[in-house]
Amino acid sequence: MKTMTYMEAIREAMRIKMKEDEKVLILGEDVGAFGGCFGLTGTLHSEFGEKRVRDTPISEGAIVGCAIGAAATGLKPIAEIMMGDFVTVAMDMLVNQAAKLRYMFGGKISLPMVVRLPGGGGLSAAAQHSQSLEAWLTHVPGLKVVYPSTPADAAGLLLTAIEDDNPVAFIEHKGIYGLKGEVPDDIKPIPFGVADIKKEGKDITIIATGKMVHEALKAAEQLSKDGIEAEVVDPRTLFPLDKETIFNSVKKTSKVLVVTEENKRGGYGGEISAMISEEIFDYLDAPIIRIGALNTPIPFSPCLENFVLPDSKDILNGVKKLF
Amino acid sequence: MEGIILNISNTKVIDMYKTMLKIRKFEEVAMNASAEGRIPGFIHLYIGEEAVATGVCANLNDKDYITSTHRGHGHIVAKGGNLKFMMAELFGKATGYCKGRGGSMHIADATKGILGANGIVGAGHNLALGAGLSAQYRGTDEVCICFFGDASTNQGTFHESLNMASVWKLPIVFVCENNGYGISMSQNRHQAIKDVADRGVSYNVPGVVVDGNDVFAVYEAADEAIKRAREGKGPTIVECKTYRQRGHFEGDPGTYKPKEEQEAWVKKDPIPRFEKYILENGILSEKEMKEVQADIDDQIKEAVEFADNSPQPELEIALQDVYSDIKEEGR
Repeated sequence: MKTMTYMEAIREAMRIKMKEDEKVLILGEDVGAFGGCFGLTGTLHSEFGEKRVRDTPISEGAIVGCAIGAAATGLKPIAEIMMGDFVTVAMDMLVNQAAKLRYMFGGKISLPMVVRLPGGGGLSAAAQHSQSLEAWLTHVPGLKVVYPSTPADAAGLLLTAIEDDNPVAFIEHKGIYGLKGEVPDDIKPIPFGVADIKKEGKDITIIATGKMVHEALKAAEQLSKDGIEAEVVDPRTLFPLDKETIFNSVKKTSKVLVVTEENKRGGYGGEISAMISEEIFDYLDAPIIRIGALNTPIPFSPCLENFVLPDSKDILNGVKKLF
Repeated sequence: MEGIILNISNTKVIDMYKTMLKIRKFEEVAMNASAEGRIPGFIHLYIGEEAVATGVCANLNDKDYITSTHRGHGHIVAKGGNLKFMMAELFGKATGYCKGRGGSMHIADATKGILGANGIVGAGHNLALGAGLSAQYRGTDEVCICFFGDASTNQGTFHESLNMASVWKLPIVFVCENNGYGISMSQNRHQAIKDVADRGVSYNVPGVVVDGNDVFAVYEAADEAIKRAREGKGPTIVECKTYRQRGHFEGDPGTYKPKEEQEAWVKKDPIPRFEKYILENGILSEKEMKEVQADIDDQIKEAVEFADNSPQPELEIALQDVYSDIKEEGR
């Protein structure tokens, strides 16, 4: 094992695939010699050259459209959208093109492409650079949506994403780019649709995604002191979703809290809650608690942003309603 | 058409004539089938614009790519699409190109480099970028033709893609079918320019304007632009002035089109013009021309019979191919 940051793990996964397969290339704004706005692509440009680590004009729709056309004609592009929020500019390409072409074209076209989306808040980046838009993406049949919470998961899931024959929206929480964690020396692909239990427990299931996994673990530590053993389940991929692991945990604990960083209204957390209510209602001892950001744009000033975004305290308060 | 002396063999001229006829007759049959309610949904016909797809695609081979539009039948026929699978798709049948999941606006054939008709105006521009990049990246001399209408150049995608293609010198030819209308809006109402090719100036992309109803003029301009693309010199805009003889979609009576305008353009219809040239230059005799026409009629008839006799798709088909490896759940 070695220690890596979340950002380094993502870079390492791209490096592995680029060494392995000439067809893999990176497209995005300032991803080249500049190394990416967050420094994520780093030295990949000097390692692989201009042809394979390509700076694009500021044209998100063209970046994603170009990735689609390239994927349809034999390449394996990784498109970086500098801030996940800017995916709105490329939404037609992602929703009406990438997600639907295989289906509409009779299943005779493959789109092995990844769109990397640095999302999430906590950096005082305000309302256009801090959003969690995963519900928009999971809503669209034809997209796979991945959201890792740790360096090891990020690396393993990205290897899988690059090899996948379908368009993958790969959400990265930019607030945990510096988070360190153990990563295997020999990084292996992590299959999609396999949730990870980040902490075992018997009293309540906390389903959390992205950075909220860490807030949930923090809350679980506190709860443990109060004699409540929470089980923290990280789906890791939002679609495909590992319902089995989630349901097995709920059947064991009979209590559920779902926490995502999205605005609560219309969030994917609601979908997970609804699945549980619809399919295993009889196992529940209490209503499902759902935690998300407040339903406002994300404000700039740190005190306001902290107020709007969910954190471990909100999770604790939510859990306490059930005990 | 007179006076143009091109280095095109008679065989190629006849092939181009066959392609134009195939498109016209395919569209006429689709028009009738749509009016009779045998084709579900909406279709957008290419009648009057056949010389564009034909003249351009006569320069291509199966390894080259095209992106198309909602008015895509002509492009697909000209790029070698199978008439039976096309017609079956229009009829919503299981044997159609898309197994009945796409319809008129989503026919594609990757084996022929056809990256699909498209229901979003201007989407093809961005997809073409990727095909062009891929051709360049793999070190091939393949090109991608991006077909689009005048009105789609008001979309941001046109500008983004022209810019990126120019910066990267991608092997793309942007073929504008300026048919005078964006749905019901005449060109002078939807953009304050006459020549779309002028828009290339902003991106250092050369633009040429040709008579889009003259298949030789289109062929020649496309030939030059395609050679330029294959040589790594980057994209070109080829603007073909033509006319949409039908409404935007079948069912649109086109009352916004002045009668005199329609009549003037029908007089310039690309097919009779081409026939006149072929006969006058002895490329085909009248008898031979009739035989060609009869042969195309047979091919279209076979396509319709194939579509008519094909089964409806099994409902299971609706759940397949959303992903390569995940089948969606039924109700």
